[in-house]
Amino acid sequence: MKALVSVKRVVDYNVRIQVKSDGSGVVTDGVKHSMNPFDEIAMEEAVRLREKGKITEIVAVSIGSEKSEETLRTALAFGADRAILIKEAGEVQPLTAAKALAAVFKKEGAQLFIAGKQAIDDDANQTGQMVASLLDIAQATFASRVDVDGGKAVVTREVDAGLETLEVDLPAVITADLRLNEPRYLKLPDIMKAKKKPLDTTTLGDLGVTAAAGIKTTKTSPPPSRSKGIVVKTVDELVAALKAKGLL
Amino acid sequence: MSKILVIAEHAEGKLNASVSKTLAAAAKIGGEVDVLVLAADGAAVAAQAAQLAGVTKVLVVNNAANTQALAALLAPQIVEVAKSGYTHLLFPGTTFGKDLAPRVAAKLDVQQVSDIMAVHGASSFDRPTYAGNAITTVEAPAGIVVATVRLASFTAVAQGGSAAVETLSISATLPGHTRFVKLEAQKSERPDLQSAARVVSGGRAMGSSDNFKIIYELADKIGAGVGASRAAVDSGYVPNDMQVGQTGKIIAPELYFAIGISGAIQHLAGIKDARTIVAINKDAEAPIFEVADFGLVADLFTAVPELSSKL
Ligand SMILES: Cc1cc2nc3c(=O)[nH]c(=O)nc-3n(C[C@H](O)[C@H](O)[C@H](O)COP(=O)(O)OP(=O)(O)OC[C@H]3O[C@@H](n4cnc5c(N)ncnc54)[C@H](O)[C@@H]3O)c2cc1C
Repeated sequence: MKALVSVKRVVDYNVRIQVKSDGSGVVTDGVKHSMNPFDEIAMEEAVRLREKGKITEIVAVSIGSEKSEETLRTALAFGADRAILIKEAGEVQPLTAAKALAAVFKKEGAQLFIAGKQAIDDDANQTGQMVASLLDIAQATFASRVDVDGGKAVVTREVDAGLETLEVDLPAVITADLRLNEPRYLKLPDIMKAKKKPLDTTTLGDLGVTAAAGIKTTKTSPPPSRSKGIVVKTVDELVAALKAKGLL
Repeated sequence: MSKILVIAEHAEGKLNASVSKTLAAAAKIGGEVDVLVLAADGAAVAAQAAQLAGVTKVLVVNNAANTQALAALLAPQIVEVAKSGYTHLLFPGTTFGKDLAPRVAAKLDVQQVSDIMAVHGASSFDRPTYAGNAITTVEAPAGIVVATVRLASFTAVAQGGSAAVETLSISATLPGHTRFVKLEAQKSERPDLQSAARVVSGGRAMGSSDNFKIIYELADKIGAGVGASRAAVDSGYVPNDMQVGQTGKIIAPELYFAIGISGAIQHLAGIKDARTIVAINKDAEAPIFEVADFGLVADLFTAVPELSSKL
């Protein structure tokens, strides 16, 4: 059984985001990028499922410029068997991404699509659900536990009320939440091995996908800043200060 | 004029508080606002929705398949209702709405606007990106607008409405590939994190679930809800539904206590709308002090019990 894992190259989660002063976006040039942390978790889960003998092949796929090859190499170092880059220099919004990923999923005849629940750049939290919708297959989002057996997956999901468990028939889409696993630390031999694994390139056009009408961003601004408050020395001072402001 | 459909979140016969905040976003867009209740038996939920201000009509679809809110089953029903002239579909920005809305948007072949935090016009909104560190103003493309609403940005609409309730029958066929197994819900007498006026959160520094006791004690003294950082949840001190932050709950209390929490950007993303932030941390350099209105540099294990005893 084959699993498809989508991975996205994003500004690293440790980077302090700078909004450009002309409001045209955020500074990404010369800024550290890495694999979206949720996608690392998705990759790790796929590798663990293969280690357990539940799947036999892992194909990593990314959409982006040639720089996303780096991200795919990381996926290969995690343990993906091959990688596909859907080369697209411009911005690709979730519905368009989902159409491309759904097309690859069909072409590959995969049974499991695993993705991070959201990418930490646009924070959209849409693509996995859209892939499932376009393919008319089951979805189990925000997963914190996945068991695959006999053409089914039992997935525990992190929901606002607590933990929900679903049983879904395969093929299915699973999106990874933070506590699904802790991604392994990549070792040098794995990184070296990844360089030799196959990485194919395709395009939206090759996949028969035309970009859906997009959402236009007209302005990007920094959030309202919070001013630094006061430091109190004792608990008594804190209580007094909160009472003075009518907060207690 | 806009014709807006708000998708109701509910459980056990109770309308979720997220709906009245989603309605507040709908009111900002303006126009006719209907609420759609998909349930096994939606009468009680519909009656609650009908009382919310600004609702024109409550539409109810009764179907045993709706006993649990499964996105794959709800989506085709919503798509069918949406086609009767709606310009907007609004979902609460909860795990319910986030799971469901994209499934509907893809079926309608439209991009979705996630987490709207301000409304500038019928198709112009603000939404956060990069954990709330870059706010974008976006223009949705022509066609139906599918969006989730960032609850912390809106104030619940009032009661006092008296909308008509209408029962619909739906012909969409529903898939059988998804089955509900169970929900392990945390039952708590404390105020719900997402609507609490006061919230006390503990971080990694708590060290154990036992030690979290002092957080609960403080919370109970002031009638607060209890939250946590990711590190505290990952370490197993508290359940996942208590996580506050970029990928947990986004909250907007009047008063927030961050206790033994360093203030990582992902955590701050969840508390940007808190009116007043109080930080207790033994490290004077902790980034949480950059945003705290009141900071106390102290060991939490002495400061928190002392604080509780003085309230
Ligand atoms: C993709 C992604 C998403 C994330 N989403 C979230 C999210 O939604 N929410 C979230 O919270 N985090 C999130 N994180 C994690 C975040 O980056 C931080 O790792 C996390 O918030 C740290 O939790 P903490 O502040 O409790 O722990 P730490 O950073 O370890 O801070 C502990 C603090 O306690 C203080 N302390 C220690 N002992 C004491 C004492 N005795 N008395 C007083 N103070 C003491 C220390 O000085 C320190 O400041 C996410 C990370 C990633 C990569």
